[in-house]
Amino acid sequence: MLTSRKELDDRLRGAARAWLDEALAEAAHAAGHPDSDTGSPPWELRFASAGRQCGLEHADSVRALLLLEARAGLPAVTRLYEQGTAAERRAVLLTLDRLDLGATALPLVEDALRTNDTRLVSAAVGPYAAAHLDAHGWRHAVLKCLFTEVPVEAVADLGRRARGDAELARMLGDFAAERTAAGREVPADLRTVLDLTAPAPTSREES
Amino acid sequence: MRIFDPHIHMTSRTTDDYRAMYDAGVRALVEPSFWLGQPRTSPAAFFDYFDALLGWEPFRASQYGIAHHCTIALNPKEANDPRCTPVLDALPRYLVKDSVVAVGEIGYDSMTPAEDTALAAQLQLAVEHGLPALVHTPHRDKLAGLHRTIDVVRESDLRPEYVLLDHLNETTVKDALDSGCWAGFSIYPDTKMDEDRMVTILRTFGTDRILVNSAADWGRSDPLKTRKVADAMLEAGFDEDDVDKVLWRNPVAFYGQSGRLQLDTAAPDGLHEGNSILRGGE
Repeated sequence: MLTSRKELDDRLRGAARAWLDEALAEAAHAAGHPDSDTGSPPWELRFASAGRQCGLEHADSVRALLLLEARAGLPAVTRLYEQGTAAERRAVLLTLDRLDLGATALPLVEDALRTNDTRLVSAAVGPYAAAHLDAHGWRHAVLKCLFTEVPVEAVADLGRRARGDAELARMLGDFAAERTAAGREVPADLRTVLDLTAPAPTSREES
Repeated sequence: MRIFDPHIHMTSRTTDDYRAMYDAGVRALVEPSFWLGQPRTSPAAFFDYFDALLGWEPFRASQYGIAHHCTIALNPKEANDPRCTPVLDALPRYLVKDSVVAVGEIGYDSMTPAEDTALAAQLQLAVEHGLPALVHTPHRDKLAGLHRTIDVVRESDLRPEYVLLDHLNETTVKDALDSGCWAGFSIYPDTKMDEDRMVTILRTFGTDRILVNSAADWGRSDPLKTRKVADAMLEAGFDEDDVDKVLWRNPVAFYGQSGRLQLDTAAPDGLHEGNSILRGGE
């Protein structure tokens, strides 16, 4: 869960608070000068050091605020993701849905879903993926969560997208059969998602 | 017993090693960027490697309850290949990362002019980023290499207490300590330094500014050598506080100068439950 600017202002003291104020001012300046986005503006260096300046527990939130304040466009989010540590990549993924990017940043989500790093996988299946991943990619993202034991609560809009998805139900059934054949436990989350794939009552009435 | 391995190349090790290290008491480590055995031919290969040291490898370590930090640099061996030297220009964007606790491994391999240039430039980068430096001393012509290294450190703006001279042995320990730098010892199976010789050095020179590491990598090496030194110290009459100083407090003090050490990792939880390291249940 990301912390708001106001909550951070309440929690951060002294040097951390001053650092955040300066960093956000730099980001706001960059937002006002979008044409100067030819290299890495100063706020992007702040993006890297947010954890040690404001505390690791606030790193995601501070990085999200920087992206929002800078109104980061596709070149900036791509650069920050590609040049970022796993923690920085995670913060980019968590913020995509709040930036004005349309579907253009989908390659970053797809990159994260190719990793086996559960911090990245869980950040990649948020509202941005729910809005923009195509059906095939989204089904594999759900399956990836089950494989890597990322709790499916991380998958945004799971109920809406799963509803009536017969192909997802088939994939889940096959996965369960594979586990059972191997004498291994079927993840509890698989049953949760499978239940969600049932068609909505209204559509049943219509058919 | 808590152990901090200040120099180990986990990229080349398995999850069995992580588990055995945790069981032996290792709770934190520093993975210096170095040569991979196979020479690289482009800066992009370095960037993928650096990204792994800042992404996948800390994730693997965290699954086994071990805090992972790294050092970033163009290593001396590959500093001789002009196809690789553009890596130097990209280092500043890596040296600002939260888990980078030093510039390293830098130093000499064959003592060439290209290595002189890379060493001096990277000592300066350490100064500019408020970071210590991990300096590898050459395996061939070691004593001459140490003297030349100390000369370059003296000519730099980096204070000696920010420098760790590594891979030392009986012939180089005195001059290294006299320089004011920290002294690192890599304990290998059979060859360059072993645990009993290490104990003799500790008896002679004391425990101040001395670090012990396994330097385990893709070659013949043992990631549990830190623990074996600890056991040898206890057997030789050192007490637990001495062991804690050499194997925990000294590396924490040295790398802590970066202000970036994060040592509060959670204990590994349900390692036998599925996670993506264990092939994600595949």
